[in-house]
Amino acid sequence: MSGLIGKKIGMTSIYSADGKNVACTVIHAGPCVVTQVKTKDSDGYSSLQLAFDEKKEKRTTSALKGHFAKAKTTPKRKVAEFRDFATEHNLGDVLDVSLFVEGDFVDVIGTSKGKGFQGVVKRHGFGGVGKQTHGQHDRQRAPGSIGASSFPSRVLKGMRMAGRMGGDRVKLQNLKVVKIVPEQNLLLISGAVPGAKGSYVLIEK
Amino acid sequence: MDLVKFAEEKLIEHKKYPDFKAGDTITVHYRIIEGNKERIQQFQGTVLQRKGAGLRQTFTVRKISNGVGVERIFPLYSPKIDKIELDKRGVVRRARIYYLRKTVGKKSRIEEEVES
Repeated sequence: MSGLIGKKIGMTSIYSADGKNVACTVIHAGPCVVTQVKTKDSDGYSSLQLAFDEKKEKRTTSALKGHFAKAKTTPKRKVAEFRDFATEHNLGDVLDVSLFVEGDFVDVIGTSKGKGFQGVVKRHGFGGVGKQTHGQHDRQRAPGSIGASSFPSRVLKGMRMAGRMGGDRVKLQNLKVVKIVPEQNLLLISGAVPGAKGSYVLIEK
Repeated sequence: MDLVKFAEEKLIEHKKYPDFKAGDTITVHYRIIEGNKERIQQFQGTVLQRKGAGLRQTFTVRKISNGVGVERIFPLYSPKIDKIELDKRGVVRRARIYYLRKTVGKKSRIEEEVES
């Protein structure tokens, strides 16, 4: 695996070679600094720790300052680990979008937008109970029965009900890299990507 | 948003289209692919509006075909547009001339701009 940390910038649409309009997400990916190299001998597994996006020195804890100083870099906002990196890198190396080629398929991990407290129709795709006619009311978005009566006399664990929705870690697989703009480290990935504008995403290949 | 603009700027293929606006009469030469044959279709009409910005800009062209009003929306930077010809410059007082849809007969004429 190889990958980068990026920031979702927004969406636009571009034209493919055959004139089709392709909706895509613009991601500011990298440059990321290698802040730690974990190997099988030292940590029991091999991985690369990457850091992305500048942060003020005075807002960094001393522990993190030391960690970034080891890699001879400035403090960074977002740190993430990538298991079994495809290429070998040393502490302090800088990775950018040249990792990817146009036409690659990548996985994008982000934190979905928070939706607040939602009912079962939106949260779990229930159909609701009942109709609008035949004397019914108040039941159109209701969850229906949540279990039997005296047996088991309780609601089974994991019963899908209303509650907080969104804000989860979501991974979208096999998204196509449509265009790369190396001047500003921009990736244009076809389709939508989880999260709000300005949120961090991990791009894995 | 700046970076989106930057990416769009990078990807726009700047073609030499005449500078047209609402009220102008234009002919759009549009590539149509049928099976593996390609031909060019012309669509002549009045520009109703230009909409959007950057790479996503579109324009609407309206014409009367066999007594029926036909409107087509073209993406400005679509590679399928072969060329755009400016036939007439019209004088209109607004950027979006939707009122044209409700006009009949003499009302639906647009005054031509006189070159000074």
